[in-house]
Amino acid sequence: MAKFLRNDLVVLAIFAVVVLAMPIWLQPLGAGYPDLLQRFAIYGIFAIGFNILFGLTGYLSFGHAAFLGVGSYAAVWSFKLLSLNVIPAVMLSIVVAGLFAAVIGFICLRRSGIYFSILTLAFAQMSYNLAYSVLTPITNGETGLRVLRADPRVIDGMLGVDAKGVLVTDLFGISMSGYSGFYFCAAMLIIGFFFAMRIMRSPFGMMLKAIKSNQNRMSYTGFNTRPYALAAFVISGMYAGLAGALLAATDPLAGAERMQWTASGEVVLMTILGGAGTLVGPFLGAGIIKYFENIFSAFNQQALNQAFSFLPEWLQDIVVGVISPFVGEGWHLTLGVVFMLIVIFLPGGLMEGFRRLGRLFTSGGNGPDRRKAASPAAQPQAAE
Amino acid sequence: MSGIKDGVSRRGLMKGGAAAAAIGTAPLVFSRRAWAEKFRNDPGNAKSIKLGFNVPQTGAYADEGADELRAYKLAVKHLNGEGDGGLLTTMKPKSLKGNGVLGKKVEYVTGDTQTKSDAARASAKRMIEKDGVIMFSGGSSSGVAIAVQSLAQEMGVIFMCGLTHSNDTTGKDKRRYGFRHFFNAYMSGKALAPVLKETMGGERKAYHLTADYTWGWTQEESIKNSTEALGWKTVKAVRTPLGAGDFSQYITPVLNSGADVLILNHYGKDMVNSLTQAVQFGLRDKQVNGKSFEIVVPLYSRLMAQGAGKNIKGILGTTNWNWSLKDEGSKAFVKSFGQEYGFPPSQAAHTCYVQTLLYANACEMAGTFYPPEVIKALEGFKFDGMGNGPTEYRAADHQCFKSVLVVKGNEKPTSKFDLLEVVKEVPRSEVEYDPKIFGGELGPYKV
Repeated sequence: MAKFLRNDLVVLAIFAVVVLAMPIWLQPLGAGYPDLLQRFAIYGIFAIGFNILFGLTGYLSFGHAAFLGVGSYAAVWSFKLLSLNVIPAVMLSIVVAGLFAAVIGFICLRRSGIYFSILTLAFAQMSYNLAYSVLTPITNGETGLRVLRADPRVIDGMLGVDAKGVLVTDLFGISMSGYSGFYFCAAMLIIGFFFAMRIMRSPFGMMLKAIKSNQNRMSYTGFNTRPYALAAFVISGMYAGLAGALLAATDPLAGAERMQWTASGEVVLMTILGGAGTLVGPFLGAGIIKYFENIFSAFNQQALNQAFSFLPEWLQDIVVGVISPFVGEGWHLTLGVVFMLIVIFLPGGLMEGFRRLGRLFTSGGNGPDRRKAASPAAQPQAAE
Repeated sequence: MSGIKDGVSRRGLMKGGAAAAAIGTAPLVFSRRAWAEKFRNDPGNAKSIKLGFNVPQTGAYADEGADELRAYKLAVKHLNGEGDGGLLTTMKPKSLKGNGVLGKKVEYVTGDTQTKSDAARASAKRMIEKDGVIMFSGGSSSGVAIAVQSLAQEMGVIFMCGLTHSNDTTGKDKRRYGFRHFFNAYMSGKALAPVLKETMGGERKAYHLTADYTWGWTQEESIKNSTEALGWKTVKAVRTPLGAGDFSQYITPVLNSGADVLILNHYGKDMVNSLTQAVQFGLRDKQVNGKSFEIVVPLYSRLMAQGAGKNIKGILGTTNWNWSLKDEGSKAFVKSFGQEYGFPPSQAAHTCYVQTLLYANACEMAGTFYPPEVIKALEGFKFDGMGNGPTEYRAADHQCFKSVLVVKGNEKPTSKFDLLEVVKEVPRSEVEYDPKIFGGELGPYKV
């Protein structure tokens, strides 16, 4: 079984099936509706891209949301100026986010560790504040950039495509809202996953891991590490740009809040929650956080009372009273507890949990001894 | 470890059960779509309908959001024939019977907009796609209202705006599926200007601090236009980010600008902070150009007045509704809201409550939940007894027209809720305008 899973194509095929079947298997969990599915796929791409930088090189960027925001703005401008088709928007966003990442990366990568993190955070916060103030002609500030009927849309105009009634983005006539939008995002996710896998398995990926384990040693052996780190930074910026473009494609509105530092922190949480340095982990983490944000936050007193209506009334009141701070507005609390538990008991994220479970089944009672060896967080995790 | 295994299997069982239920009910969905006029989230033969209430529960407008949610819950109660009926007893003309809507019980789901367009749209999409709401409502930020209103049009689900005051909501960004009961910045300017002239004279120099989004922009523009028509000059207009918290860096320049009136185009916690800081900086005690310095807050609410405390005394502004009004509708609403929650409702609560009732009433009038018919029932609907006197939903831009209140921070409040004093009730005819001045188009009935 383990050997079988080591084959990349098999992993990719399983991943593709699981992702494409999400509308079916997430239905019983209450998450099988297009908007959330799209978010799973989009933030999956974002986290997988972030993992190329953080998981492989160990550079912790606290400003990745800036690239997501830049990607969104680029995509909406493409919808406004070029065409409502998503293909030019996606390409433009990746290019713009990549260029932006190259500039920021070039400056930030002069430092490492906490200084690098602070620099990226500063840049992201700067972009966020610029989007609200000086750059409002480009970003439309707080209101957000929207697609309007009066926009030029040069390519659509040349081809004689006229958006009638409602302005919805499309892929050669297929509307990008609802399930078709999800399948487009899912296809992008699978492609992104494939590239991430190729990068991890390549000599280039090995270089990145070498940067993480000991950058000094690597420079002593004659490698200049910075071009490698910069390449990783730009690649992960492009992933973020793609995610931003897809956010805009499924919902043609770009707001500056996408660039806020909380959004940057979120992708860090996703990656650590799922397992930094693993292939599937970041996607898993993204899914869990988005699930909490959208499903847990919607439970209200009424829903809880309904769920526990089978209990006697006094017991129902107690149970609802205990649970209600953790759902609805309090979903952050639940997420925080889960995150703490995972960081304390499973430093390698959920993927480490699965690995331990797997080991438990394959080698019976040997589990505890091996667990000790695997637990220190600082150790680089094997790409799974 | 065995504990974990048990947990998984139990969850598995629940999943299986839910899946079976989903599969079991799936054919019903298809069969009922087969014969009815097709539209999204058709309740069909279901015994209940769901409404979505999408309000800010976090952020600069959270206080308003909490009060809106209270009002929605009360409206649902009254629609289902529980409680004392509230405005159902005073509304004229009325098609509602107090047995739900078209005989179906009303249920609701809630969401948090976080005062962010992105989050609001995600939350609204969840309500529409997952919970199957037939109508959704909410507000407190015009940016959010405009963003979800266009979503409403794309999805074909009616959106009843809550508190949104930007001219754009029913102006250049109006939509066929969006309706606004609240007044707008243009009306505020029109109503406020004569009172400003009376109290402050015709030669003033104004300095604007403006929340940097659609509402702030349009309010600044409207107030500028109507004060400049009085002969006032506008010294400067500075944009401030929403939710800034600290406004001292924006207020210091006002002191040396030569202006003698500060106009705060802020709302919610932003207004509380900027006003409090402006007063702390001694602006109101200053004499500029031989006149005493004044502060104006064009859009007022009791919740904000509560937050700003004694700083609001004597400050002028406008409001959509105030609980101290003495007409039948206002009295009935204040009474049932007070009985339920122990304090009077805010204007945000009032508009949200009224919007829910108006939607339900339109469904009864149309005899169906089919959105194009409900929209036609609402367009041009004239009603009374809802707290603002005779009101009309103008068909051309889905904006309600009614009288506007000019209010002043109460100098001698008799209770901790008695914070606003109504200076003038400006009749509808003085604030009405031609819908063409803002441009925009409503779009199609059928999507």
